[in-house]
Amino acid sequence: MAEKRPNARWFVIALPYLWLAVFFLLPFLIVFKISLSTPTLAQPPYVPSFNSLAEIWEKARQFTIDNYAFLASDSLYYSSYFSSLRIAAISTLLLLLIGYPFAYAMARAPRAIQPMLLMLVILPSWTSFLIRVYAWIGILKPEGLLSAFLIWLGVIDQPLRIMNTETAVFIGIVYAYLPFMVLPLYASLEKLDPTLLEAAADLGCPPWKAFWLITVPLSLPGIIAGSFLVFIPAVGEFVIPDLLGGSDTLMIGKTLWREFFGNRDWPVASAVAVVLLLLLVLPIVVYQHMQARQVEAAR
Amino acid sequence: MAFAASLRHLLLAAVASSCAAPALAKEVRVYNWSDYIDEAILKDFEKETGIKVIYDVFDSNEILEAKLVTGGTGYDVVVPTATFLSRQIKAGVFQKLDKSKLPNLKNMWSDIAERAAKYDPGNEYSVNYMWGTTGIGYNPEKINEAMPDAPVDSWKLVYDPEVLKNFQKCGVMLLDSPEDLLPSVMTYLGLEPDMNNTESVEKAGEHLAKLKPYILKYHSSEYINALANGDICLAVGYSGDILQAASEAAEKVEVDYVIPQEGAQLWFDQMAIPADAPHPDEAHAFINYMTRPEVIAKASNFVSYANGNLAAKEYLDEAVAQDPRVYPTEDVVKRLYTVSTVEDPRVQRIITRAWTRAQSGS
Repeated sequence: MAEKRPNARWFVIALPYLWLAVFFLLPFLIVFKISLSTPTLAQPPYVPSFNSLAEIWEKARQFTIDNYAFLASDSLYYSSYFSSLRIAAISTLLLLLIGYPFAYAMARAPRAIQPMLLMLVILPSWTSFLIRVYAWIGILKPEGLLSAFLIWLGVIDQPLRIMNTETAVFIGIVYAYLPFMVLPLYASLEKLDPTLLEAAADLGCPPWKAFWLITVPLSLPGIIAGSFLVFIPAVGEFVIPDLLGGSDTLMIGKTLWREFFGNRDWPVASAVAVVLLLLLVLPIVVYQHMQARQVEAAR
Repeated sequence: MAFAASLRHLLLAAVASSCAAPALAKEVRVYNWSDYIDEAILKDFEKETGIKVIYDVFDSNEILEAKLVTGGTGYDVVVPTATFLSRQIKAGVFQKLDKSKLPNLKNMWSDIAERAAKYDPGNEYSVNYMWGTTGIGYNPEKINEAMPDAPVDSWKLVYDPEVLKNFQKCGVMLLDSPEDLLPSVMTYLGLEPDMNNTESVEKAGEHLAKLKPYILKYHSSEYINALANGDICLAVGYSGDILQAASEAAEKVEVDYVIPQEGAQLWFDQMAIPADAPHPDEAHAFINYMTRPEVIAKASNFVSYANGNLAAKEYLDEAVAQDPRVYPTEDVVKRLYTVSTVEDPRVQRIITRAWTRAQSGS
């Protein structure tokens, strides 16, 4: 038994790396390779393409970094990246503002009903994501439920123009990503020891100050995890802006779509994807590094 | 007990049929435009030939082309528009048709076949499925309300900013497809509709950018429902799609289609067989079936698009055959034009860039 244990341990450690290699590194390398090629009218629509590993060395000279130079030459790509980051950042902030009270109330609810509340958060995800986004079209369109309701209340007298605007995109993203923000927040808030707040109160600390000094710092891992979980997919979001947004909602997902489908330029599309990945991965790596140092320091 | 017994029978039947399925290995996988067929035709084909039809749909040529150039689509019959087909033939994604397996080709309409030969010389790779025009769909009541003297028979209705601004409130949608839309803008501007002329492309793009504040959205299929529901009052779209919206809306709102007097684009959707199609024989059988006059007439009656089958005319519903919005009159046909395929990737990039700028301002 004792001899076998190291093997089992190596296997357990290797598994996530194997997963990453097969489902992240390999696809990334393929995309990276295409980003160095040149488009052509053929199947596949770029050169060089390889039939065997040996050919890679033969044809490597055909690789080019022109596609990256091209991205830098047209302001469209800056604007798309920037606009995506902006929309994702605002969405993340909105999600945090809505998700935090949500998670806080859940964590403070009686133990017995917490599983049910958790269930209620997850429940909408049992319906197809696409159908839920379509449902928002029915709510937000000019003759839709929201306008009809507000007109009935007498709040407005003209139908609202929310559909096909950026506001609709924010509504869609916040709605669709809310569980991914609430769950990590709940997980960290639920572990919070309530006696800490009692102690603070005993020592004369007003509740809002106790919240800032105790609850928020202790739930920071949840805030960070939740923000990453929603920010990263929101940057590359394609479906929600396509269905709810207007044609002038510039996002990198749509720009990538146009390169790939409109221009049939797979190499430039791949370059856009590689740059997007670097844009997202770098801050995460920096954050991980800082956290590791913090853990070291705590020891 | 009786219930339990019948349940057991049902289960047995289910098992038996699922086991029998592999024996019926003959199948044909078809990839066609959305809302483009009477599904009863597929059932009839299955019943008659014993070939199972797996039918998928798309709503943009770009998506079909991306799949074709990737290869290994698994589809046996695809239906690209001729302007795209021409480039795809050059990329080598199709196989030549075996015309000995397509005896029904004798029914085809030579006028249409000749026009389509511009894209597929000698009609070697493709057979016409449907053809139509790109024009204006509108809600007469709402347009009249917003602008009583609106020029409804002209591209001015959509492309003249002074006219278009009247309809901003009731909603305007345009096709999200530069190949279909920019030629009509060129026509409005008095330019020759040519997508390979980058100067015209830029001009058309700049003109569209001026209209941006009045346009609700660019989308290639949403306008059908939006017109039918009365959510919008004006759209540039495909003839049959707008006529489908009109019949869908029949009771609630009125929708009409017009081919503007300045001229409009004529396009052809062509059936073709990918080079790596897994079931080429069944694909030929399917195309041959679809070129049967009574079959393709049934499809036209259902989708309100004209087909390229001359013999089918006698099987058409009177309402479809006599509708000039489906089968334009001869003097209208004279004003219809076709647009050449863009092959140079640099030109394509200029088109897409102009398109993005027109929509987003950047």
